[in-house]
Amino acid sequence: MNLRVKFRKLGSVRFIGHLDVMRFFQKAIRRAGIDVAYTTGFSPHQIMTFAAPLGVGLESNGEYMDIEVHSISSCQDIMDRLNRASVPGIEITSVKILPENAGNAMASVAAAAYTVRFREGKIPQADLASHLPVFLSRQEIWITKETKKGTREVDIRPGILDLTFSDGVFHMLVDASSAGNIKPEQVIGALLAQSQEACREDDTESLQENALWITREDVYTRQECGLLSLGDVGSATVS
Amino acid sequence: MNKPVRQLALSDEILMRVEKPARYIGGEYNSVWKDSAKVDVRFAFCFPDVYEIGMSHLGIQILYDMLNAMEDVWCERVYSPWTDLDAILRREQIPLFALESQEPVKIFDFLGITLQYEMCYTNILQVLDLSQIPLYAQDRAEDCPIVIGGGPCAYNPEPLAAFFDLFYIGEGETQYRNLIDLYKTCRAERLGRKEFLRRAARLPGIYAPGFYEVSYKEDGTIASFRPIEEGIPDKVRKEIVTDLSDTYYPRRPIVPFMKVTQDRVVLEIQRGCIRGCRFCQAGQVYRPVRERSLETLQELALEMLQNTGHEEISLSSLSSSDYSRLPELVSFLMETCSRNHINISLPSLRIDAFSLDVMGKVQDVKKSSLTFAPEAGSQRLRNVINKGLTEEVILQGAAQAFAGGWTRVKLYFMLGLPTETEEDIRGIAELSNHIAATFFETVPKDKRTNGKVQIVASTSFFVPKPFTPFQWASQCTREEFLEKAYFTRKAISEQLNQKSIKYNWHEADASVMEGILARGDRRLGQVIRKVYEKGCFYDAWGEYYQNERWLEAIEECGLSVDFYAHRERPLDEILPWDFIDCGVTKEYLIQEWEKARREEPSDNCKVRCQNCGVASFGTGICREPRVTKSPCPSKEGMPARSEEGTVYGPEEESARSEEKTCQAGTGEERT
Repeated sequence: MNLRVKFRKLGSVRFIGHLDVMRFFQKAIRRAGIDVAYTTGFSPHQIMTFAAPLGVGLESNGEYMDIEVHSISSCQDIMDRLNRASVPGIEITSVKILPENAGNAMASVAAAAYTVRFREGKIPQADLASHLPVFLSRQEIWITKETKKGTREVDIRPGILDLTFSDGVFHMLVDASSAGNIKPEQVIGALLAQSQEACREDDTESLQENALWITREDVYTRQECGLLSLGDVGSATVS
Repeated sequence: MNKPVRQLALSDEILMRVEKPARYIGGEYNSVWKDSAKVDVRFAFCFPDVYEIGMSHLGIQILYDMLNAMEDVWCERVYSPWTDLDAILRREQIPLFALESQEPVKIFDFLGITLQYEMCYTNILQVLDLSQIPLYAQDRAEDCPIVIGGGPCAYNPEPLAAFFDLFYIGEGETQYRNLIDLYKTCRAERLGRKEFLRRAARLPGIYAPGFYEVSYKEDGTIASFRPIEEGIPDKVRKEIVTDLSDTYYPRRPIVPFMKVTQDRVVLEIQRGCIRGCRFCQAGQVYRPVRERSLETLQELALEMLQNTGHEEISLSSLSSSDYSRLPELVSFLMETCSRNHINISLPSLRIDAFSLDVMGKVQDVKKSSLTFAPEAGSQRLRNVINKGLTEEVILQGAAQAFAGGWTRVKLYFMLGLPTETEEDIRGIAELSNHIAATFFETVPKDKRTNGKVQIVASTSFFVPKPFTPFQWASQCTREEFLEKAYFTRKAISEQLNQKSIKYNWHEADASVMEGILARGDRRLGQVIRKVYEKGCFYDAWGEYYQNERWLEAIEECGLSVDFYAHRERPLDEILPWDFIDCGVTKEYLIQEWEKARREEPSDNCKVRCQNCGVASFGTGICREPRVTKSPCPSKEGMPARSEEGTVYGPEEESARSEEKTCQAGTGEERT
């Protein structure tokens, strides 16, 4: 049976990289005494899949990991055990049993929601909020993306599913699929670039390094009815 | 889960800029958080190397656990910041901090520094400097932490004497409580730093270098070494734990987030070694052999696996095969581990039918290699170093291993051992060749995986260490070392099976410098400081080691490499470490040095007591009846101990190779 574990990553653990988070859970699952399934072969490992990897330095309220288990008492019990085996900052917020036909966490990812703020001292002079309507009315937004092979021009407009601003915080819903993944800083960077188009050239500002405080709020999968939170797939009770 | 949200010492800006920020944030599972307002003594424990290396060290884990079990003490960890963060801390004047509380080390009561290898000495200055603590002990104010050193290099603390307030000689489990109580008393009575150090100097195992003075003869050797005050002891005797089954052991070791060198449960099965290899310092200073009971180890293993969630457990000792209950322990672990998908790593096992059977069950034979550590190429030289491993036994072990499916063999040797000749070096090539030939004789053509065998012969350069029978020996020069390495390479290339043999050798420069620091005196303190001021640290990492800077510093201080490294010391010379009593007597070391020159091996502790002197501790093997009382065999016949060889698990090897790149290895960890 497959379980979907939803967790938060807050505070100092945001500096733990994705691979180390996987290692952390492999050990936490053992400490929690969960009846997890292993692959066969000479070096068996736990059957475990993570949804979209979270970059170092980012916080999250909606991370997902699927694990295969042989048996469970209850979802609540698994959650309690994992929380007792965890560290401050990594908190398990829900455990659900996935239906047989559910795709795994990684393959299912279609979109992600983020909240984004500027760090103190890094707020640009331009009033970005006032540029938002024009920005969203554009048909195409081309940015330069750094890739391993060099740079590439991509249109991020189709991947921006929603973008609003209130009380100093941007809320965005963007494509997070493996084909069209968009990073929040790319969106804010493009918005800032647009606000600078009217400025004189020697007066332009660009997005400073590490200027944004980014929190991933949730990750979504695409269903016939539209986007569905990965956490809403499955049921919390043993059938 | 009820730890408060911690304020990190470093800003996000900095953490995002450095490589591997997880090194600096603490908060790992099983790390200890206390309310600083509710403890009396703050202790910062430092391993002066990068986090991944330092976190792999068992000694700190033991003392961390022990100190934190004390209600009035909070012990935290400190490691050397990597070079990227080092530069930032200096530029922005951010004081070095402890991982748990993230508070500056300079506000702590104690800064304990473990001294595991000589080439980390400059990193000690880095840690003090970044902590904003004066480098010289004499310049420290009342509110500076007490800087105390311990670990294997504390058996000759003299090159570091100027930088430390105290040294702890021996095993840390016994005197820290007394030291901390003394500290609290002195503080309550406002007696001041100096009075505390004076009183600490009278505690067993504690050396306070500031209360001793050294004078030198015209030839540079020591004329006298003595306390400068009444009541300060002439000699400092090492401390040891007498009952290993009833002592602190970390049942909840810290589980790092990032992958560290030793990413597994480490079960220390015994301390000390019965073997008495004459180059090995650990084999002398950790005497006598003391075993942990099987019951204790079984209980510890289960508890630690449960409390960490590690997927691997490794046995730790200088020579695991000598542990008397090994078969029972291994079968217990195999049963427990196979149920729970846990790997077992068995370092330093003798290669025999038992170990090959076990290894075949716990690891993938095709992927792993076997390691022998003959240390010397000829039987003559193996007798000199008292390494009782014969060619016959190695070839037998190799044949059994090849029959069992192994195709890779690693061999460790040392070059530059006392009395070494070209004949001995040629022996390295010939032995490697015989092992390859054994493969072709043992394994029929149709059963050869890939049709070949791979022998990797590695040589390190011999470094004489204090408290070994070779402490008086002269060390080869850099040029001699390199000549020997080229000769070895040439000899290997002349072998029939040379295509199956790969040869690696170590850098020679650092080995000479390691030897100088290992046997150095107080005057080397200024050299270490000068080198550090020239910008050197992380000397244990080949890419950062700058031999030229060290040579310059030695010359600028008016000292000589020849004096410290390349002369044989007379037996009546006062050695810088003579004031330490590590249990083995000088008479015994002299006797072993003379036997070495007569090419005579000595029996191990289980066969026959050699009267090394450590029986004065009245514990461990010294209290047990011996196997035989027969006299020491002559040089023709090898004693009963000769069926040995070493086998390392596959993980252990990867850890070792990392170790080798960052430490100038002396082979002490091998049996």
